[in-house]
Amino acid sequence: MGEKVLMKGNEAIAEGAILADCRHFFGYPITPQNEIPEYMSRRMPEVGGVFLQAESEVAGSNMVYGAACAGARVMTTSSSPGISLMQEAISYVAGAELPCVFVNIVRGGPGLGGIQGSQADYFQATKGGGHGDYKLIVLAPASVQELMDLTVEAFDLADMYRNPVLLLGDAILGQMMEPVVIRERAKVDLPPKTWATTGAKGRPKNVITSLSLDPAKLEEHNLSLAEKYARISNEQVRYMTYMADDAETLLVAYGTSARIAQAAIDMARERGLKVGLFRPISLWPFPYDALQLTAQGSLRVLVVEMSLGQMVEDVRLATGNSKSVHFYGRTGGMTPTPREVLNEIERIVEEGI
Amino acid sequence: MKQVFGRPETLTSVPTHYCPGCTHGIIHRLIAEVIDELGVREKTIGISPVGCAVLAYDYFNCDFVEASHGRAPAVATGIKRTLPDSVVFCYQGDGDLASIGAAEIIHAATRGEKITVIFVNNAIYGMTGGQMAPTTLPGQKTTTSPRGRNVESAGYPIRVAELLSSLSGVAYIARVSATSPANVTKAKRAVKKAFETQINGKGFSLVEFLSTCPINWGMSPLEAMKWVDDKMSVYYPLGDYTRVPEVG
Repeated sequence: MGEKVLMKGNEAIAEGAILADCRHFFGYPITPQNEIPEYMSRRMPEVGGVFLQAESEVAGSNMVYGAACAGARVMTTSSSPGISLMQEAISYVAGAELPCVFVNIVRGGPGLGGIQGSQADYFQATKGGGHGDYKLIVLAPASVQELMDLTVEAFDLADMYRNPVLLLGDAILGQMMEPVVIRERAKVDLPPKTWATTGAKGRPKNVITSLSLDPAKLEEHNLSLAEKYARISNEQVRYMTYMADDAETLLVAYGTSARIAQAAIDMARERGLKVGLFRPISLWPFPYDALQLTAQGSLRVLVVEMSLGQMVEDVRLATGNSKSVHFYGRTGGMTPTPREVLNEIERIVEEGI
Repeated sequence: MKQVFGRPETLTSVPTHYCPGCTHGIIHRLIAEVIDELGVREKTIGISPVGCAVLAYDYFNCDFVEASHGRAPAVATGIKRTLPDSVVFCYQGDGDLASIGAAEIIHAATRGEKITVIFVNNAIYGMTGGQMAPTTLPGQKTTTSPRGRNVESAGYPIRVAELLSSLSGVAYIARVSATSPANVTKAKRAVKKAFETQINGKGFSLVEFLSTCPINWGMSPLEAMKWVDDKMSVYYPLGDYTRVPEVG
């Protein structure tokens, strides 16, 4: 059992990266994630690492590309508008199969939007974001402890699959403080980075590129990516359930919304309503099969999100036409209260829909 | 028999795709010769741009990374900050460096990143078929300035060496050309000095080459060489632009 400390969500991400032996951080200021680069600017020199404030998210994410090419464990963090600027580099690192970690502390959009917590970047995170056929591993923590633990794990997953990993938080998770247990890191067997461009000493040269002018070769490359994505889909599905066994109404929510949904479920249970929660932790790969199984015994599903309902499509893919799928959400940086969610539960239960 | 001339170890035997009369091939060779002479091939990482030199990684026999358009200095920063003892060079064209990558080159230079940039300025977008570049001369005809570059609407060409020379992080900067044996000799000296500047940890170094694009300029190779000497070198004077960095 490790040391227990009170930490802010953003700081837990930064310290999680240090625990995971990340020694290269490139970032650009944007609210509500500034605590991460600020923490890293203090902490990296203490552990012999590199902190560099880039001139833009475009440059910062391309510095990540470079450091990953050189074999470093590397991370950058930002918030929604900044993550949009990073989509170029994200597509390139996915195409060149470079392990690295991105963090999006989501704020309300579109455009410059606002600075309050939001989950409106779900499509961008899970359905592409940048150009081309690629997937990120997307992890959605729901507590400060998970922000730290999943950050640590993100680096191992990135190295294991030679794939970028995106940690999807939001302003509320980033700003809130909770006790965190700093755990010993589990040692994972990882493949050596023989592909890295570290100088061609005693070996043929290594080249890292995402360019393939011959379409047959590019197709072959994309098919090998597809094979990898299928493997990740088999091996890395993560989710949790809460009071789901006898639930007639099954809530589906991730991150902050899952915390709110859980509070609403406790209130509903006090009123004798059989309500439970299914919480995807990996948003890609999405836990389609597990959700289908969990929802089998339920009469209805209610998706709760801090957006206009972006995960609803994946929930419908999982449950098919067998369930009525409802949605309750707030958008633009507004947060649903447990009472609001409870009202919606009561409404759909009463109406029997 | 003693071999007196051959392919540098840092070049592969792959024939380049460059057009006849283009000086990319000469510039590649000069870089390779310098890397050989400095004995750093096994710790050199090159970064190729988006542009005519996008496939430079096929021609250089050292580790190489292909960057997105204009981002080579940022990618180089990531590599050099990870491997401080390595030798990192970017190979960039004018659209890549002076247009879409203007922010990245300025900030890499002002940070004094210990990298070397080879900037190939041929006053046109070559690979995409001859569009106007940030370095296209006033009045110069291109496929997107068919009546000649009108500075009233398209603005003025950027003098990269002069612009970057004002930054204190720049330890060596020069403009050269490869239009004659004498100029090639001077150019090689500049490339060597730029790599030595990096290896000695002095800061950012850049060599701007005035280069040719006979195909898109609509000239013969000889006319193109002459156009560099007569026209480009007037707007972009050759020479050493290094200033003693001001402190504070």
